[in-house]
Amino acid sequence: MTVNGVEHVRDVEPRLLLVHLLRDELRLTGTHWGCDTSNCGACTVWMDGLPVKSCTVLAVMADGRSVRTVEDLEGPFGLDQVQQSFMDCHGLQCGFCTPGMLMTARKLLDDNPDPTDTEIREAISGQICRCTGYRNIVAAIRHAADAEAAGRGDT
Amino acid sequence: MQVPAFFEYQRATSVEHVVTLLERFGPEARIVAGGHSLIPMMKLRLAQPELLVDVNDLHELAGITVDGSVDAGHLRIGALTRHAELLASSVAGEHFPILHDAERVIADPVVRNRGTIGGSVCQADPSEDLSGVFTALRAVAVIRGADGDRTVPMREFFHGPYETAVRPAEILVELRVPLRTGAGSAYVKVDRRAGDWAVAAAGAVVSLGPGGVVDEVGIGLTAVGDADFTAVEAEDLLRGRVADEDAFAAAGAVAAEHCRPTADQRGPVDYKRHLAGELTVRALRDAVARARRGRSAG
Repeated sequence: MTVNGVEHVRDVEPRLLLVHLLRDELRLTGTHWGCDTSNCGACTVWMDGLPVKSCTVLAVMADGRSVRTVEDLEGPFGLDQVQQSFMDCHGLQCGFCTPGMLMTARKLLDDNPDPTDTEIREAISGQICRCTGYRNIVAAIRHAADAEAAGRGDT
Repeated sequence: MQVPAFFEYQRATSVEHVVTLLERFGPEARIVAGGHSLIPMMKLRLAQPELLVDVNDLHELAGITVDGSVDAGHLRIGALTRHAELLASSVAGEHFPILHDAERVIADPVVRNRGTIGGSVCQADPSEDLSGVFTALRAVAVIRGADGDRTVPMREFFHGPYETAVRPAEILVELRVPLRTGAGSAYVKVDRRAGDWAVAAAGAVVSLGPGGVVDEVGIGLTAVGDADFTAVEAEDLLRGRVADEDAFAAAGAVAAEHCRPTADQRGPVDYKRHLAGELTVRALRDAVARARRGRSAG
């Protein structure tokens, strides 16, 4: 499988979950392992371009597919805009839900560069912030959308 | 850490391959698609299959199409269609808004990227939203085994909680929803928080005849103890009546009377019974309004 553009070959038990392959075998610990019941969304990564909860995907099901984790957001020119906006708007509190929030937010803005607050809230409705800091998270995603619009020269 | 018990894993290369594997391993083999029902059950050791057959590569099981004519055809929904794909499908929403009403409130957007329509109905959870939707729509399941395809009406598909008409060496390949010109449909659900299972939910599909009389109606109920997810008595009461508030109220009362909810952490029996009645009324009201809009537009 390909993770963040790098091909990995591993011989794993079928029962190994994708989140544990990423964290324990590939040492990509940015992806957090939370509720283990596909409720909290802290483990959200992209598989073939779509956000999925990696605690509910077997690692073998990702065989031959492309996985993207939070470690891949930062580019050669610095943080991704959603990462920067989460910092600027205090969208992180304890930081536990942040990797999942960032991956979902990045996908939302890729698909819909100018979402309403309702659309933002709907998009992150599969993520739980145990600090209940949703207001700042929504503000951060809005901030990222505005910053990217400004970068494109949109009015 | 929740880890499933040991099992073998095979990735299927065709539907025939799936059937061959299921025959070889018997009832201890299970099909996995999205895995969002099965994998949590395996983690809790409520399910301990010896073999998982991964069908995610079988593109022949995916896709949403209209087959046949508008009057005699059907909407075909492949079993591997993801919830997100059904929600995004304009052809599905155009013919059956009930599908989009339901998909908007099934789990959350990330889960919907992965979970499949076939997996949801085959799981046969008593609180599954799509179960009540497809019984209301009088959809037909196409099931494939070694002897070929057979069809089962969704009203005969559910044999009890977590039990369906799909036999051990068979696979659900698609659902067919008969097209009905001028029908309106809607789904309404009460849940405790975003993405949760229903406390109760109702779906309605209504065809109106001359004079606003109910020509045909389907009412699906979810999470209130109806083994077949259908409010047959309320349907019988409505057929042939003028679709007005009095008729909706009478149908709601009958639906509430005949459902068999059980008390759990989502609420007591009387509350769920109340919801079954009120949500039946609301689903009928919305479905009829949509049917009337469709008629005036057409």
